[in-house]
Amino acid sequence: MSTDGCGAPAQDTPLPASVDVEKETVITGVVRAGDAPVAGAYVRLLDASGEFTAEVVTSQAGQFRFFAAPGTWTLRALSREGNGDATLAADRGINQVAVTVGS
Amino acid sequence: MSREDVLVSADWAEKNLDADKVVFVEVDEDTTAYDGGHIPGAVKIDWKTELQDQVRRDFINKEQFEALLSRKGIANDDIVVLYGGNNNWFAAYAYWYFKLYGHDQVKLLDGGRKKWELDGRPYSTDVPARPATSYTAREQDRSIRAFRDEVVAAISRSNLVDVRSPDEYAGRLLAPAHLPQEQAQRAGHIPTAISVPWSKAANEDGTFKSDDELRRLYAEAGIDDSKSTIAYCRIGERSSHTWFALHELLGHSDVRNYDGSWTEYGSLVGVPVALGDEPGQA
Repeated sequence: MSTDGCGAPAQDTPLPASVDVEKETVITGVVRAGDAPVAGAYVRLLDASGEFTAEVVTSQAGQFRFFAAPGTWTLRALSREGNGDATLAADRGINQVAVTVGS
Repeated sequence: MSREDVLVSADWAEKNLDADKVVFVEVDEDTTAYDGGHIPGAVKIDWKTELQDQVRRDFINKEQFEALLSRKGIANDDIVVLYGGNNNWFAAYAYWYFKLYGHDQVKLLDGGRKKWELDGRPYSTDVPARPATSYTAREQDRSIRAFRDEVVAAISRSNLVDVRSPDEYAGRLLAPAHLPQEQAQRAGHIPTAISVPWSKAANEDGTFKSDDELRRLYAEAGIDDSKSTIAYCRIGERSSHTWFALHELLGHSDVRNYDGSWTEYGSLVGVPVALGDEPGQA
Protein backbone atom coordinates (compact mmCIF):
# COMPACT_ATOMS: atom_id res chain seq x y z
CA MET A 1 0.00 0.00 0.00
CA SER A 2 1.19 3.43 -0.84
CA THR A 3 0.95 5.99 1.90
CA ASP A 4 2.51 8.93 0.12
CA GLY A 5 0.28 8.68 -2.92
CA CYS A 6 -3.41 9.30 -3.20
CA GLY A 7 -4.50 6.34 -5.27
CA ALA A 8 -6.90 3.93 -3.68
CA PRO A 9 -5.35 0.57 -2.92
CA ALA A 10 -7.02 -2.58 -4.24
CA GLN A 11 -10.32 -2.91 -2.41
CA ASP A 12 -10.23 -6.67 -1.89
CA THR A 13 -6.91 -7.00 -0.06
CA PRO A 14 -6.80 -7.75 3.68
CA LEU A 15 -6.33 -4.75 5.94
CA PRO A 16 -2.59 -4.01 6.10
CA ALA A 17 -0.98 -5.05 9.37
CA SER A 18 0.05 -1.42 9.93
CA VAL A 19 -3.60 -0.37 10.23
CA ASP A 20 -4.63 -0.17 13.87
CA VAL A 21 -8.38 -0.87 13.95
CA GLU A 22 -8.46 0.37 17.55
CA LYS A 23 -7.67 3.81 16.15
CA GLU A 24 -8.98 3.74 12.60
CA THR A 25 -12.63 4.10 11.65
CA VAL A 26 -12.97 1.66 8.76
CA ILE A 27 -16.13 1.82 6.63
CA THR A 28 -16.46 -1.20 4.39
CA GLY A 29 -19.09 -3.14 2.50
CA VAL A 30 -20.36 -4.42 -0.82
CA VAL A 31 -22.27 -2.75 -3.63
CA ARG A 32 -25.08 -4.92 -5.00
CA ALA A 33 -27.66 -4.72 -7.76
CA GLY A 34 -30.35 -7.11 -6.56
CA ASP A 35 -28.29 -10.00 -5.13
CA ALA A 36 -25.36 -9.61 -7.47
CA PRO A 37 -22.23 -7.74 -6.38
CA VAL A 38 -21.26 -4.89 -8.69
CA ALA A 39 -17.59 -4.78 -9.69
CA GLY A 40 -16.17 -1.51 -10.93
CA ALA A 41 -18.73 0.71 -9.21
CA TYR A 42 -17.55 4.17 -8.13
CA VAL A 43 -18.25 4.64 -4.42
CA ARG A 44 -17.85 8.07 -2.87
CA LEU A 45 -17.78 8.83 0.82
CA LEU A 46 -19.65 12.04 1.66
CA ASP A 47 -19.38 13.76 5.03
CA ALA A 48 -22.28 14.87 7.23
CA SER A 49 -22.69 18.04 5.14
CA GLY A 50 -22.81 16.01 1.92
CA GLU A 51 -19.29 17.07 0.89
CA PHE A 52 -17.08 14.64 -1.03
CA THR A 53 -14.37 13.03 1.08
CA ALA A 54 -13.03 10.13 -0.98
CA GLU A 55 -13.86 7.75 -3.79
CA VAL A 56 -12.85 4.18 -4.60
CA VAL A 57 -13.71 1.63 -7.27
CA THR A 58 -15.20 -1.66 -6.08
CA SER A 59 -13.32 -4.96 -6.41
CA GLN A 60 -14.48 -7.94 -8.48
CA ALA A 61 -16.61 -8.94 -5.47
CA GLY A 62 -18.11 -5.44 -5.22
CA GLN A 63 -16.14 -4.51 -2.10
CA PHE A 64 -15.12 -1.00 -1.00
CA ARG A 65 -13.26 0.35 2.03
CA PHE A 66 -12.65 3.78 3.57
CA PHE A 67 -10.63 5.06 6.48
CA ALA A 68 -12.72 7.81 8.04
CA ALA A 69 -13.43 9.19 11.50
CA PRO A 70 -16.34 8.58 13.90
CA GLY A 71 -19.49 10.34 12.72
CA THR A 72 -22.26 10.26 10.15
CA TRP A 73 -21.30 9.41 6.60
CA THR A 74 -23.11 8.81 3.32
CA LEU A 75 -21.97 6.38 0.65
CA ARG A 76 -22.93 7.20 -2.91
CA ALA A 77 -22.40 4.57 -5.60
CA LEU A 78 -22.40 5.17 -9.37
CA SER A 79 -22.37 2.22 -11.75
CA ARG A 80 -23.57 1.08 -15.13
CA GLU A 81 -26.23 -0.90 -13.20
CA GLY A 82 -27.54 2.34 -11.69
CA ASN A 83 -26.84 4.52 -8.67
CA GLY A 84 -27.61 4.24 -4.95
CA ASP A 85 -26.96 5.70 -1.49
CA ALA A 86 -26.59 4.50 2.09
CA THR A 87 -26.02 6.45 5.30
CA LEU A 88 -24.41 5.21 8.51
CA ALA A 89 -23.16 6.38 11.89
CA ALA A 90 -19.59 5.09 12.14
CA ASP A 91 -17.51 4.39 15.25
CA ARG A 92 -13.90 3.38 15.66
CA GLY A 93 -13.27 -0.13 14.39
CA ILE A 94 -14.81 -1.83 11.39
CA ASN A 95 -18.20 -0.55 10.23
CA GLN A 96 -20.10 -2.67 7.68
CA VAL A 97 -22.56 -1.08 5.30
CA ALA A 98 -24.41 -2.37 2.24
CA VAL A 99 -25.15 -0.19 -0.78
CA THR A 100 -27.81 -1.18 -3.30
CA VAL A 101 -27.87 0.30 -6.78
CA GLY A 102 -30.60 0.15 -9.37
CA SER A 103 -32.22 2.27 -12.00
CA MET B 1 -7.90 30.36 -24.00
CA SER B 2 -11.26 28.64 -24.04
CA ARG B 3 -12.63 25.44 -22.57
CA GLU B 4 -12.40 23.71 -25.98
CA ASP B 5 -8.66 24.35 -26.08
CA VAL B 6 -7.96 22.49 -22.86
CA LEU B 7 -10.78 20.02 -22.30
CA VAL B 8 -12.19 17.38 -24.65
CA SER B 9 -15.40 15.38 -24.25
CA ALA B 10 -15.62 11.60 -24.28
CA ASP B 11 -17.48 11.89 -27.59
CA TRP B 12 -14.65 13.88 -29.13
CA ALA B 13 -12.14 11.39 -27.77
CA GLU B 14 -13.95 8.38 -29.17
CA LYS B 15 -14.14 10.03 -32.61
CA ASN B 16 -10.43 10.86 -32.53
CA LEU B 17 -9.00 7.57 -31.30
CA ASP B 18 -7.13 7.05 -34.55
CA ALA B 19 -6.52 10.69 -35.43
CA ASP B 20 -3.06 11.61 -36.60
CA LYS B 21 -0.95 13.56 -34.08
CA VAL B 22 -3.37 12.84 -31.21
CA VAL B 23 -1.84 10.78 -28.39
CA PHE B 24 -3.95 9.53 -25.50
CA VAL B 25 -2.03 9.16 -22.26
CA GLU B 26 -3.38 7.49 -19.15
CA VAL B 27 -1.86 8.74 -15.92
CA ASP B 28 -2.60 6.78 -12.81
CA GLU B 29 -0.89 5.86 -9.65
CA ASP B 30 -2.52 2.47 -10.00
CA THR B 31 -0.96 1.18 -13.21
CA THR B 32 -2.98 -2.02 -12.96
CA ALA B 33 -5.97 0.06 -14.08
CA TYR B 34 -4.27 0.60 -17.44
CA ASP B 35 -3.21 -3.02 -17.67
CA GLY B 36 -6.79 -4.18 -17.11
CA GLY B 37 -8.10 -2.01 -19.95
CA HIS B 38 -7.48 1.45 -21.35
CA ILE B 39 -8.63 3.75 -24.10
CA PRO B 40 -7.55 2.05 -27.36
CA GLY B 41 -4.13 3.31 -28.42
CA ALA B 42 -3.36 5.07 -25.14
CA VAL B 43 0.09 4.91 -23.58
CA LYS B 44 0.55 5.06 -19.82
CA ILE B 45 2.65 7.24 -17.57
CA ASP B 46 3.12 6.31 -13.94
CA TRP B 47 3.06 9.61 -12.02
CA LYS B 48 5.24 8.27 -9.25
CA THR B 49 7.88 6.13 -10.90
CA GLU B 50 8.11 8.13 -14.12
CA LEU B 51 7.32 11.75 -13.19
CA GLN B 52 9.11 11.85 -9.81
CA ASP B 53 12.81 11.77 -9.14
CA GLN B 54 13.38 8.40 -7.49
CA VAL B 55 15.89 9.69 -4.92
CA ARG B 56 15.14 13.30 -3.98
CA ARG B 57 11.59 14.58 -3.44
CA ASP B 58 11.29 16.52 -6.68
CA PHE B 59 10.22 16.18 -10.28
CA ILE B 60 12.30 14.62 -12.97
CA ASN B 61 14.41 17.31 -14.59
CA LYS B 62 14.19 18.68 -18.12
CA GLU B 63 16.53 16.06 -19.59
CA GLN B 64 14.67 13.23 -17.86
CA PHE B 65 11.34 14.60 -19.10
CA GLU B 66 12.72 14.73 -22.63
CA ALA B 67 13.92 11.14 -22.34
CA LEU B 68 10.56 10.02 -20.94
CA LEU B 69 8.46 11.57 -23.70
CA SER B 70 10.89 10.42 -26.38
CA ARG B 71 10.63 6.88 -25.03
CA LYS B 72 6.82 7.07 -24.98
CA GLY B 73 6.82 8.16 -28.62
CA ILE B 74 5.36 11.62 -27.96
CA ALA B 75 6.50 14.43 -30.25
CA ASN B 76 6.57 18.17 -29.57
CA ASP B 77 3.77 18.81 -32.06
CA ASP B 78 1.49 16.01 -30.84
CA ILE B 79 -1.84 16.84 -29.21
CA VAL B 80 -1.61 15.05 -25.88
CA VAL B 81 -4.94 14.03 -24.33
CA LEU B 82 -4.56 13.07 -20.69
CA TYR B 83 -7.02 11.02 -18.66
CA GLY B 84 -7.03 8.83 -15.59
CA GLY B 85 -8.84 7.54 -12.56
CA ASN B 86 -9.42 9.36 -9.27
CA ASN B 87 -11.55 11.96 -11.08
CA ASN B 88 -8.56 12.89 -13.24
CA TRP B 89 -6.45 13.99 -10.24
CA PHE B 90 -3.26 12.52 -11.64
CA ALA B 91 -4.16 13.40 -15.21
CA ALA B 92 -4.58 17.03 -14.10
CA TYR B 93 -1.28 16.76 -12.29
CA ALA B 94 0.36 15.50 -15.49
CA TYR B 95 -1.36 18.27 -17.46
CA TRP B 96 0.19 20.85 -15.15
CA TYR B 97 3.50 19.01 -15.50
CA PHE B 98 3.34 19.06 -19.32
CA LYS B 99 2.66 22.83 -19.08
CA LEU B 100 5.55 23.20 -16.65
CA TYR B 101 7.86 21.83 -19.33
CA GLY B 102 6.20 23.84 -22.09
CA HIS B 103 4.27 21.29 -24.15
CA ASP B 104 2.14 23.21 -26.66
CA GLN B 105 -1.02 21.22 -27.10
CA VAL B 106 -2.23 19.29 -24.09
CA LYS B 107 -5.82 18.58 -23.12
CA LEU B 108 -7.72 16.76 -20.40
CA LEU B 109 -10.41 14.21 -21.20
CA ASP B 110 -13.43 15.52 -19.28
CA GLY B 111 -14.53 12.92 -16.73
CA GLY B 112 -11.49 10.69 -17.21
CA ARG B 113 -11.78 6.94 -16.80
CA LYS B 114 -14.92 7.18 -14.71
CA LYS B 115 -17.06 8.89 -17.35
CA TRP B 116 -15.60 6.63 -20.04
CA GLU B 117 -16.54 3.54 -18.04
CA LEU B 118 -19.97 4.74 -16.94
CA ASP B 119 -20.72 5.55 -20.59
CA GLY B 120 -19.71 1.98 -21.52
CA ARG B 121 -17.14 3.12 -24.08
CA PRO B 122 -14.50 0.70 -25.46
CA TYR B 123 -11.38 -0.39 -23.66
CA SER B 124 -8.40 -2.30 -25.00
CA THR B 125 -5.65 -4.30 -23.33
CA ASP B 126 -3.30 -3.93 -26.31
CA VAL B 127 -0.22 -1.88 -25.54
CA PRO B 128 0.57 0.32 -28.53
CA ALA B 129 4.06 0.36 -30.00
CA ARG B 130 4.95 3.97 -30.74
CA PRO B 131 8.27 4.72 -32.41
CA ALA B 132 10.60 6.74 -30.21
CA THR B 133 10.81 10.48 -30.82
CA SER B 134 13.35 13.15 -30.06
CA TYR B 135 11.42 15.35 -27.66
CA THR B 136 12.68 18.77 -26.60
CA ALA B 137 11.33 20.33 -23.39
CA ARG B 138 11.58 23.94 -22.28
CA GLU B 139 12.95 25.08 -18.95
CA GLN B 140 10.42 24.75 -16.10
CA ASP B 141 7.82 27.51 -16.13
CA ARG B 142 8.17 28.59 -12.52
CA SER B 143 5.23 30.99 -12.85
CA ILE B 144 2.87 28.05 -12.27
CA ARG B 145 4.81 26.31 -9.47
CA ALA B 146 5.00 27.52 -5.85
CA PHE B 147 7.68 26.59 -3.31
CA ARG B 148 7.37 26.59 0.46
CA ASP B 149 8.97 29.97 1.14
CA GLU B 150 6.62 31.59 -1.36
CA VAL B 151 3.71 29.90 0.37
CA VAL B 152 4.75 31.18 3.80
CA ALA B 153 5.18 34.66 2.31
CA ALA B 154 1.70 34.44 0.78
CA ILE B 155 -0.05 34.00 4.14
CA SER B 156 -2.63 36.81 4.52
CA ARG B 157 -1.33 38.45 1.29
CA SER B 158 -2.37 36.20 -1.60
CA ASN B 159 -5.25 33.84 -2.16
CA LEU B 160 -4.34 30.53 -0.60
CA VAL B 161 -6.77 27.79 -1.58
CA ASP B 162 -6.85 24.53 0.31
CA VAL B 163 -8.59 22.02 -1.94
CA ARG B 164 -8.58 19.02 0.40
CA SER B 165 -11.77 17.71 1.99
CA PRO B 166 -13.27 19.78 4.84
CA ASP B 167 -12.10 17.25 7.45
CA GLU B 168 -8.51 17.39 6.20
CA TYR B 169 -8.68 21.21 6.20
CA ALA B 170 -9.96 21.32 9.77
CA GLY B 171 -7.36 18.81 10.95
CA ARG B 172 -9.80 16.00 11.71
CA LEU B 173 -8.27 13.79 8.99
CA LEU B 174 -4.71 13.71 7.65
CA ALA B 175 -5.34 12.03 4.32
CA PRO B 176 -8.19 11.29 1.94
CA ALA B 177 -10.48 8.75 3.54
CA HIS B 178 -9.55 5.88 1.25
CA LEU B 179 -6.11 5.82 2.89
CA PRO B 180 -5.04 4.90 6.42
CA GLN B 181 -4.64 8.00 8.56
CA GLU B 182 -1.34 7.47 10.38
CA GLN B 183 1.04 10.18 9.18
CA ALA B 184 4.04 11.95 10.66
CA GLN B 185 3.04 15.53 9.99
CA ARG B 186 0.72 17.86 11.88
CA ALA B 187 -2.93 18.21 10.91
CA GLY B 188 -4.62 21.47 9.94
CA HIS B 189 -4.20 24.08 7.22
CA ILE B 190 -2.12 27.11 6.27
CA PRO B 191 -3.51 30.14 8.16
CA THR B 192 -5.69 32.41 5.98
CA ALA B 193 -6.17 29.67 3.36
CA ILE B 194 -9.78 29.31 2.33
CA SER B 195 -11.32 25.87 1.92
CA VAL B 196 -12.66 25.05 -1.53
CA PRO B 197 -12.58 21.27 -1.90
CA TRP B 198 -11.51 20.23 -5.40
CA SER B 199 -14.70 18.18 -5.66
CA LYS B 200 -16.82 21.34 -5.77
CA ALA B 201 -15.35 21.97 -9.23
CA ALA B 202 -16.54 18.62 -10.55
CA ASN B 203 -19.79 16.80 -11.16
CA GLU B 204 -20.17 13.34 -9.66
CA ASP B 205 -19.35 11.70 -13.00
CA GLY B 206 -15.96 13.41 -12.84
CA THR B 207 -16.59 16.09 -15.49
CA PHE B 208 -15.83 19.73 -14.70
CA LYS B 209 -18.67 22.06 -13.84
CA SER B 210 -19.55 24.82 -16.32
CA ASP B 211 -17.50 28.00 -16.45
CA ASP B 212 -20.40 29.95 -14.92
CA GLU B 213 -20.70 27.51 -12.03
CA LEU B 214 -16.93 27.62 -11.48
CA ARG B 215 -16.84 31.43 -11.55
CA ARG B 216 -19.63 31.56 -8.97
CA LEU B 217 -17.96 28.90 -6.81
CA TYR B 218 -14.62 30.69 -6.48
CA ALA B 219 -16.14 34.17 -6.21
CA GLU B 220 -18.44 33.08 -3.39
CA ALA B 221 -15.55 31.31 -1.66
CA GLY B 222 -13.74 34.64 -1.54
CA ILE B 223 -10.99 34.34 -4.14
CA ASP B 224 -9.90 37.87 -4.98
CA ASP B 225 -9.27 38.05 -8.73
CA SER B 226 -6.87 40.97 -8.33
CA LYS B 227 -4.45 38.90 -6.25
CA SER B 228 -2.23 35.98 -7.10
CA THR B 229 -3.39 32.53 -6.04
CA ILE B 230 -1.63 29.44 -4.71
CA ALA B 231 -3.52 26.14 -4.55
CA TYR B 232 -2.42 23.21 -2.42
CA CYS B 233 -3.68 19.85 -1.19
CA ARG B 234 -1.75 16.95 0.35
CA ILE B 235 0.71 16.00 -2.39
CA GLY B 236 -0.18 18.43 -5.18
CA GLU B 237 -2.43 16.37 -7.43
CA ARG B 238 -5.88 17.50 -6.28
CA SER B 239 -4.59 21.08 -6.36
CA SER B 240 -3.55 20.50 -9.99
CA HIS B 241 -7.24 19.84 -10.63
CA THR B 242 -8.14 23.21 -9.07
CA TRP B 243 -5.19 24.91 -10.80
CA PHE B 244 -6.68 23.61 -14.06
CA ALA B 245 -10.11 25.04 -13.20
CA LEU B 246 -8.74 28.46 -12.19
CA HIS B 247 -5.93 28.93 -14.68
CA GLU B 248 -6.99 26.94 -17.73
CA LEU B 249 -10.80 27.08 -17.63
CA LEU B 250 -11.41 30.47 -15.98
CA GLY B 251 -8.25 32.15 -17.23
CA HIS B 252 -7.03 33.57 -13.90
CA SER B 253 -3.58 34.85 -14.78
CA ASP B 254 -1.42 34.21 -11.72
CA VAL B 255 -2.21 30.80 -10.26
CA ARG B 256 0.44 28.49 -8.93
CA ASN B 257 0.31 24.92 -7.69
CA TYR B 258 2.20 24.18 -4.46
CA ASP B 259 3.30 20.61 -5.18
CA GLY B 260 4.97 20.24 -1.78
CA SER B 261 1.49 20.74 -0.31
CA TRP B 262 0.48 19.53 3.13
CA THR B 263 2.96 16.65 3.33
CA GLU B 264 5.70 19.30 3.19
CA TYR B 265 4.04 22.24 4.94
CA GLY B 266 2.63 20.11 7.76
CA SER B 267 6.14 18.82 8.50
CA LEU B 268 7.93 22.19 8.52
CA VAL B 269 9.36 23.37 11.84
CA GLY B 270 8.15 26.74 13.06
CA VAL B 271 5.51 27.64 10.48
CA PRO B 272 2.02 28.68 11.59
CA VAL B 273 -0.80 26.14 11.38
CA ALA B 274 -4.52 26.76 11.82
CA LEU B 275 -6.99 24.18 13.11
CA GLY B 276 -10.75 24.07 12.66
CA ASP B 277 -13.14 25.11 9.93
CA GLU B 278 -12.16 28.82 9.77
CA PRO B 279 -9.19 30.22 7.80
CA GLY B 280 -7.62 31.60 10.99
CA GLN B 281 -5.13 34.42 11.51
CA ALA B 282 -1.55 34.75 10.32
